[in-house]
Amino acid sequence: MTTPKNLYRQIKYDIAFRKLATGTGIFVIILVVAAFLTLVYESWPAIKAYGVKFLWNTTWDPVTLEFGALPFLVGTLITSFLALAISVPFALAGAIFLGELAPPQIANPVSFVIELLAGIPSVIYGLWALFYLVPLVRAFQMKIGAPPYGLGLFTASLVLAIMILPYALSVARDVISLVPQDLKEAAYGLGATRWETIRHVVLPYARSGILAGIVLALGRALGETMAVTMVIGNRSAMPQSIWDLANTMASVIANEFTEATEDLHLAALVEIGLLLFVITVIVNLIARIFIVKTKVR
Amino acid sequence: MNNSYPARENWRRLKNRLILGTITVLALIPTVPLFLILFQLLHKGLSSLSLDFFLNLPAPPGEPGGGIANAIVGTIIIVGLATLIGVPISIMAGIYLSEYGKESKLAHAVRISADVLQGVPSIVIGIVAYAWVVRPMGHFSALSGSVALALMMIPVVVRTTEEVLRLVPDILREASLALGIPYWRTVLKVVLPTGMVGVTTGILIAVARIAGETAPLLFTAFGNQFMTFNPLEPMNALPLVIFNYATSPYEDWWQQAWGASIVLVFMVLALNIVSRLLARRIAGEK
Repeated sequence: MTTPKNLYRQIKYDIAFRKLATGTGIFVIILVVAAFLTLVYESWPAIKAYGVKFLWNTTWDPVTLEFGALPFLVGTLITSFLALAISVPFALAGAIFLGELAPPQIANPVSFVIELLAGIPSVIYGLWALFYLVPLVRAFQMKIGAPPYGLGLFTASLVLAIMILPYALSVARDVISLVPQDLKEAAYGLGATRWETIRHVVLPYARSGILAGIVLALGRALGETMAVTMVIGNRSAMPQSIWDLANTMASVIANEFTEATEDLHLAALVEIGLLLFVITVIVNLIARIFIVKTKVR
Repeated sequence: MNNSYPARENWRRLKNRLILGTITVLALIPTVPLFLILFQLLHKGLSSLSLDFFLNLPAPPGEPGGGIANAIVGTIIIVGLATLIGVPISIMAGIYLSEYGKESKLAHAVRISADVLQGVPSIVIGIVAYAWVVRPMGHFSALSGSVALALMMIPVVVRTTEEVLRLVPDILREASLALGIPYWRTVLKVVLPTGMVGVTTGILIAVARIAGETAPLLFTAFGNQFMTFNPLEPMNALPLVIFNYATSPYEDWWQQAWGASIVLVFMVLALNIVSRLLARRIAGEK
């Protein structure tokens, strides 16, 4: 039998548990805010020393302590968008193929393999690229008369394209498979061919979701570190062509962080991390808007 | 007029075939590099595996018999510690979202925070862990690596816990409450166990995701040529070995990088497959 005293204790426990759970929820918010503030605090010396000029100064010289992030911003943007440009047509075709054309006996195992590939660590993509992709690109560069580094912006974009493909593909495929069967059948009933149904019914219906997948893939490409670091060549000057050795925001941090002895150098690297944080948060929030749109419908 | 009709029909049919054919070809092209990666990984990796490789410590370049025993142990310790740090926080936050916060403003703020955290690049998480743990301690440590990985784990487990607990029917909660059991015990003894398989799946997915992470370990766990079990010291991990050996100028280290890769891929794939089987079991139960 529950005595009043026991009841009172249980109510106290109930309140305590609710407070604990709520507190943990708040703790998650605090973690994110604290991470952001930590980045601001740690990069403050660099923010104070260079101001907004940091964003468009093209010189990055740890010896003279002159730091500008433009080469890395450019490197990140070029590799990410080039990777996206290479990857999206294939991802979309793959998603349509798996979602609409292939019989389930083929589509299911292939989707399974693709999802497993999305789980392979990026350092392993980097290892593969370093020993197989780099020689291939070098041979290609020799043929067309470009400087035969093998490494560089183009190679990094290729690896990124391969890495984000499973990601973009599986999101797009999921959305495409959500298109209601009766809509498609209505189109067939009107005499539409398979392609016309895909073009005018499936793709418009799935558009927000596909866009969300592309934006999520972009977010991943922007922050991808290891595979890029291993093949981009690590040169901190402004890239002049697609074949140049370069650095992205993530790769310069990976390369120089443990070697930075000057406080200002470290602060400048953290500021690049802060920029990366802000950019990826914006990109992910955009993806979230698309996802909400898909769900609302 | 009568003539143009079939012509148009034929054109539509031809266009249909052409485009669907192009799509199929485009869909098949990317399987080439993906299969090449798997094939070359198996080909290069399996040949460098041996019992010594699993049991020995790293050797200097040129010296035969180097192994990755310390990296395997290191990865298990670092990931295990990250799980110990991350999972309780994540489950409690998930319970908050599903049982208490629901549609409140605070709950939405927690969800958005988790989404933001999930999107933060791993290298940036590494910087944060460096500032939080490495700087105050004065040196690199496995613990700081675990903190970084725990930060990456939290959003995944929070969201899966919430989703799974929300699927638990309210009838179960009401039945438990009707028996006079207080809400906190209902959550811990009825709701959470019901969703346990799903939560476990979420944890496994998160562990698979962080086990291969390299970037956040570069300046936290840092790497170590020797065996250590002390989480307050720098520690080696499989991804670090792969990165350091692959970018070294020594051919026998490259070979070992492939060997370490296949061990890591096997671990990650096993976790992924187990979590998928569990997920399928839940789907089957529904």
